[in-house]
Amino acid sequence: MSRPDSFHPLARLLHWLMALAILAMLFVGVGMVATVSTRHQWLLAIHRPLGVTILLLALLRLGVRLRWRPPPLPSDMPTIMQWLAISSHWLLYALMIGMPLIGWAMLSAGGFPVMLGRSWHLPPILPANSALYAWLRLAHGVLAYLLFFTILGHMAAALYHGLIRRDGVLSSMTFHRLPRRRSPAPSTNTAPEAGDIGSPSQTDPPDSPGYGTPPL
Amino acid sequence: MLEPERTPPARSTWRWAVIAASVAVLLLLFGYTAGWLAPHRLTPQRIVDALQRNAGLHPGYRRNHAKGICVTGYFDSSGNASAYSRAIVFAPGRTPVVGRFAIPGGNPGAPDGGTPVRSLALRFDLANGQQWRTGMNNSPVFPVATPQSFYEQLVASRPDPATGHPDPLKLAAFYAAHPETGAFRAWAKETTPSSSYVTESYYGLDAFYLIDAGGKRHAVRWSAVPEAAAGASEMASATAPDVLAGDLQQRLANGPLRWRLMLTLAAPGDPTNDATRAWPPDRHIIDAGTLVIEHVQPQDNGPCRDINYDPTVLPDGIVVSDDPLLAARSAAYANSYLRRTSEHAGVPGATRVERQP
Ligand code: HEM
Ligand code: HEM
Ligand code: HEM
Repeated sequence: MSRPDSFHPLARLLHWLMALAILAMLFVGVGMVATVSTRHQWLLAIHRPLGVTILLLALLRLGVRLRWRPPPLPSDMPTIMQWLAISSHWLLYALMIGMPLIGWAMLSAGGFPVMLGRSWHLPPILPANSALYAWLRLAHGVLAYLLFFTILGHMAAALYHGLIRRDGVLSSMTFHRLPRRRSPAPSTNTAPEAGDIGSPSQTDPPDSPGYGTPPL
Repeated sequence: MLEPERTPPARSTWRWAVIAASVAVLLLLFGYTAGWLAPHRLTPQRIVDALQRNAGLHPGYRRNHAKGICVTGYFDSSGNASAYSRAIVFAPGRTPVVGRFAIPGGNPGAPDGGTPVRSLALRFDLANGQQWRTGMNNSPVFPVATPQSFYEQLVASRPDPATGHPDPLKLAAFYAAHPETGAFRAWAKETTPSSSYVTESYYGLDAFYLIDAGGKRHAVRWSAVPEAAAGASEMASATAPDVLAGDLQQRLANGPLRWRLMLTLAAPGDPTNDATRAWPPDRHIIDAGTLVIEHVQPQDNGPCRDINYDPTVLPDGIVVSDDPLLAARSAAYANSYLRRTSEHAGVPGATRVERQP
C-alpha cells in the first residue's frame, strides 16, 4: 500500500520502467540518425513501437499521478528548488507525452505509413503536408535534446537529494526497505509505518541501514 | 521501530564526484551514440553533404536524382506473385501509384545526356493503408556494394574547382581499388544515354524477401520491363538537354504507357547483399502484373515532390534483405528529404528556396 512518504508503488514501478524506456529511446533515436549501417533499420524498427508504448504508459502514469498525490517535498527545501522540481516534473510529463505524439504526427505529415511491426500500422493523425513534416521533425529533434538535458538535470538533482541532502526524496521513488521521512520534523509524518501490515519494513532488522543513512 | 532522524547534509567530495561522474558518463555515452565523439563514423549527413558538395546546393531539390518528373497511374496485379508474397498489392486487383522518373546527380539543371542512367521511383498505395516504395535504375547492376564505397566514390568524383570536372587520377585510383565497379562501368561505356524514359527497363538492384502466407521467405529482386523497348529516339533528339521530360509528355499525350513488373527469385547461393552482381538470367521470373502510367506533372508542383522514395518502406509481405545499401539509402534519403522539405517550409537554418517570379 502507498505510504504517505513515498510514491504509490505503481507510480514507482512506472517511473523506473519508463526511465529505462525513455533513455533507451533517446539513445536509439540519436543513434539511428547517425549511422548508415544496418543498425539504422533495426533501431528504427524498435523506435516506433517503443515510442508508442511510452505514450500509452505516460497516459496511464498521468492518471496515477492525478489519482494518488505524490508525497510533499521536504519543507526545508528552498522555494526556488521546490519550484524547479515541480516545473521540471511537469516538463518531463509534457515531453514524454509530446515526443511520441510528435513522432506519430511527423510521420503522418510526411505521408509515411506509421508501421509498428511488419503488418501493424497506426492511422495518420495529420494530413500529408511536407512543411508540417519539416517543422515537426525539427521539433522532434530539438525536444529530444531538451528531454535528454532535463533528464540529466533531474538525475543530478535526485542524486543530490540522495547523497548530499539526504532528505528522503530519492528514497520516496526507490523500492527501499526502510520507510523514509521526507520532512525534517512535521509531527504528522513521523511514525505511522510501524503498524502498516505487510510493509516490508516489518521484516527488516531494526538497525538495517537504509539508503540515506550516513555510511561513514 | 524508530524512524532514523534526518541526517544533516553531507559535504564530502566523493559524493559530489559520484553525481558529476553519473552526469558525465551519461553525457559521454549519449555523445558517442549521436556521433559527436566519433567523427570518422559514416553518417547519413556526411553522405548527403558529399552529394551536395559535388553538385552544388540547390535548395528544395533532392540531393541525388534531383532532375525528374512526376507521373501517376496504377498497378494491375496479375495475382501470379501472390503465392510468394502475402502483400495485398500482389493479389489480383488494382493499386494506385505515384511515380517519378529522374536522372542521377544533385543538379536539377543537368543535361539529360550527361549520364546514361535513368531512374523510376514508385509508391504503391495499398488499400489497407500500407505502402510499397521503391527506387529503380536502368543499369542492371549498381557500381558499388557498400555505403562506404558509395561515399568513397563521391569523394573521388568531386569536381575540381579549377576545371569543373572530377580529377581523372582520383577516379582511376578509386576504380582500381574497387574492381566490383567493373560490371557497371562496362554497362555505362556501351550505353548511349537514352532520349526516352519510356523505352528503359528499371532494376530494383537491391535484394528483398517476399513473405508468403505461410511465413516462408523468398529472396527476390524486381524490375520494370517496358512494353515498348525500341524506338527511344523516335520522338526527340538525344542532344537536347531536356529531351526526357518532353519525350514523356509527348508519348503520354498519345495514351498510357506500360511496364511489366517482374519478380526474379534467387536460387540458393545467389548474393542478396551485393548489388554489383546480377543474378544469372535463368532464374525463375514471375510476371506480377502491369504498371500503367497515365499522367505526367512537373516535379515542382507535382505529387512526387514531397515523397521520399525510401526503399525500406514496405508493406506486410515484403522485407529488406541483408543488402547493406538498403539501410544506408533509408538513412540518406531521410536526411535529403529533411533538407529539402525544410527548405520549402522555410525552417530556420535551412537555405531559402528561390521563388520563381
Ligand atoms: C528517463 C528518465 C526519467 C524521467 C522521464 C523521469 C520523470 C520523473 C517525473 C515526471 C517525476 C515526478 C514524479 C511523478 O509525478 O511521477 C519524477 C520523480 C523522481 N525521479 Fe525521475 N525520471 C527519470 C529518471 C530518473 C533517474 C535516473 C532518477 C535517479 C537517479 C530519478 C529519480 C527521481 C526521484 C527521486 C523522483 C522523486 C522526486 C520527488 O519526490 O518529487 N528519475 N521523475
Ligand atoms: C518518448 C518518445 C520518443 C523519443 C524520446 C524519441 C527520440 C528521438 C530522437 C532522439 C531522434 C533523433 C533526433 C535527431 O537527432 O534529430 C528521433 C528520431 C525519430 N523519431 Fe523519435 N522519439 C520518440 C517517439 C517517436 C515515435 C512514437 C515515432 C513514430 C511513431 C518516432 C519517429 C521517429 C523517426 C521516424 C525519427 C527519425 C527521422 C529521420 O530519420 O529523420 N519517434 N526520435
Ligand atoms: C548507399 C547507396 C545510395 C545512396 C547513399 C543514395 C542516395 C540517394 C539520395 C540522397 C537520394 C535523394 C532522396 C530524396 O531526397 O528523396 C537518392 C535518390 C534516388 N536513388 Fe539513391 N542512393 C543509393 C543507392 C541507390 C541504388 C542502389 C539505387 C537503385 C536501385 C538508387 C536509386 C535512386 C533513385 C531511383 C532515386 C530517386 C528517387 C526519386 O525519384 O525521388 N539509389 N539516392
